[in-house]
Amino acid sequence: MSLTYLLRRLGAVLIVLAIVTVAVFVITNVLPGNAALMILGENATAENLSALERQLGLDRPLPVQYLHWIGGVLQGDFGMSLRLRLPVSEVVGSAFFNSLWLAGIVLVAVTLIAIPLGALAALTRGTVVDAVIGVFSYLGTALPEFVTATLLLVIFAKPENPIFPAGGFVAPFDDFPGFLRHVVLPAATLGLILMAHISRQVRSEMSEVLASDYVRAARLKGLSERRVIWRHTLPNSLAPAVAVISLDIGYLLGGIIVVEEIFAWPGLGRLLIYALQNRDLPVIQAITLLLAVVYALSNLLADLVIAKLDPRVRYA
Amino acid sequence: MRKLLSSPSGLIGSLLLAIVLTAALFGPWLAPYEPQQFHAQSRLQGPSLQFLLGTDQYGRDLLSRILNGAPATVLFGIGATVLGVGVGSIIGVIAGVAGGRTDSIIMRILDGMLAMPELLFTLLIVTFLGGGTTQALLAVAVTFTPGMARVARSSVLSVRTREYVLAAIARGESQNWIVFREVLPNALGPVIVEATIRVSFAIMIGATLGFLGLGAQPPSTEWGLMVAEARQFMFRNPWCVAMPGLAIAITAMGFNLFGDALRDVFDPKRNH
Repeated sequence: MSLTYLLRRLGAVLIVLAIVTVAVFVITNVLPGNAALMILGENATAENLSALERQLGLDRPLPVQYLHWIGGVLQGDFGMSLRLRLPVSEVVGSAFFNSLWLAGIVLVAVTLIAIPLGALAALTRGTVVDAVIGVFSYLGTALPEFVTATLLLVIFAKPENPIFPAGGFVAPFDDFPGFLRHVVLPAATLGLILMAHISRQVRSEMSEVLASDYVRAARLKGLSERRVIWRHTLPNSLAPAVAVISLDIGYLLGGIIVVEEIFAWPGLGRLLIYALQNRDLPVIQAITLLLAVVYALSNLLADLVIAKLDPRVRYA
Repeated sequence: MRKLLSSPSGLIGSLLLAIVLTAALFGPWLAPYEPQQFHAQSRLQGPSLQFLLGTDQYGRDLLSRILNGAPATVLFGIGATVLGVGVGSIIGVIAGVAGGRTDSIIMRILDGMLAMPELLFTLLIVTFLGGGTTQALLAVAVTFTPGMARVARSSVLSVRTREYVLAAIARGESQNWIVFREVLPNALGPVIVEATIRVSFAIMIGATLGFLGLGAQPPSTEWGLMVAEARQFMFRNPWCVAMPGLAIAITAMGFNLFGDALRDVFDPKRNH
């Protein structure tokens, strides 16, 4: 992999992120309801309002405000939360790690389950096993997270005898078993839809590879079925699976908002809903930007992995 | 059409869609009870002959409420998608036909919009527009626009170099004739397929917004809102969260299956 290719891709990511900062800034500033009004409330007098607007720099032209904001962001300073009276970087930072735990567990579990499931469906194509996996995956992509979450709560968190807690968070370093019990239901909610999606993609890709000339050639050569599958089919079906996983990270980052809210998981999603309800602009801006960075970097990483898995991909 | 119904997924998808669209168009007239009618004697009941899907915390008939909520839920999804697809396609076609600088500027802006996860983008817009059905519909449409513009653009680009377009250019046809008579009709297929599948996303996002209190408002019987309102009572009567949830799932699955079958018809080579 050439260094110039890597640098060019990184450059493209930076350009996209620059556009995102403008978009976020425009959405949060042009639409009605400004920060001074948020802090002082509906009953504020006009004088107080304009004094605070001057103090916050809201009376300056938008491009100046943008440059001021982006200058701070580049130094890691996202300003102060309007509601929590704490530096945004502090609030968002701790929420970020709580979300990272949840998302990381979901991604690992989904990859470990969905790829074998998709492969199994492709190898048993047309049989009952395949049909069952197919129905499950269609159902999985058709259930919004809030429905899955609610149904899981009804089944597993009955107040009389809860199998898993209905919500909350325990830090993994304080009490790991407790953490695991709390992570099961939110992770299952997020995992179901991703599993459905990824297993379907692996199945369709692997069916295609199984019907390809080189797999037929390998079979005709008299190789054992096991070798045909492990050495010739599976590796060639994985690159598209990685592509789908990277796209699904965008979905995961959205799904986390709803799931954290339902299960009272103190991560970025829950903080975002709080900030949106209270119009805490600096927090909204920081979270949006952070999620966009994670999304962009994970896409870049996926492209690099795909290029490694599939030698036909040119670094053009 | 026959081809569409010949595959099992196409057949099931069409059937589900027929049921869902009937409910969306005629639901309020098919409902056995008034959606807001209280039956104080029979609160939080399971399915019975009197109440086919059970009742909620006020003894309201769930079937009647779901049928009444069908227009708000399903037509919302279709409306948001049509708007998003319409605007997105126009942008995409302009970019694809114009090419060069216009194309690359439009595409960079779209990349920026696509760099935000969909639900996050929708939430941002709907918050600043203020909650409500119309605002939620607009927000979903705006969220769909960049993705649809990409699909339309790539579809136009793939058609633009086909022989029949080159032939039209060689015949000396006008630019408008080529765009409207040769390129657009042939670029439409992928856009329609993508749009069908997106209706299911739009319905799910709309229901999620209703659930979060940012979309449809009470006393609407929009399905996401129904789940949100029944959540307090879900342990006493799971049917009142399961039924509207199931209705959302059936609708989304119908559009997904139908969209997949449609893709196989338009693009027989990609047949799995």
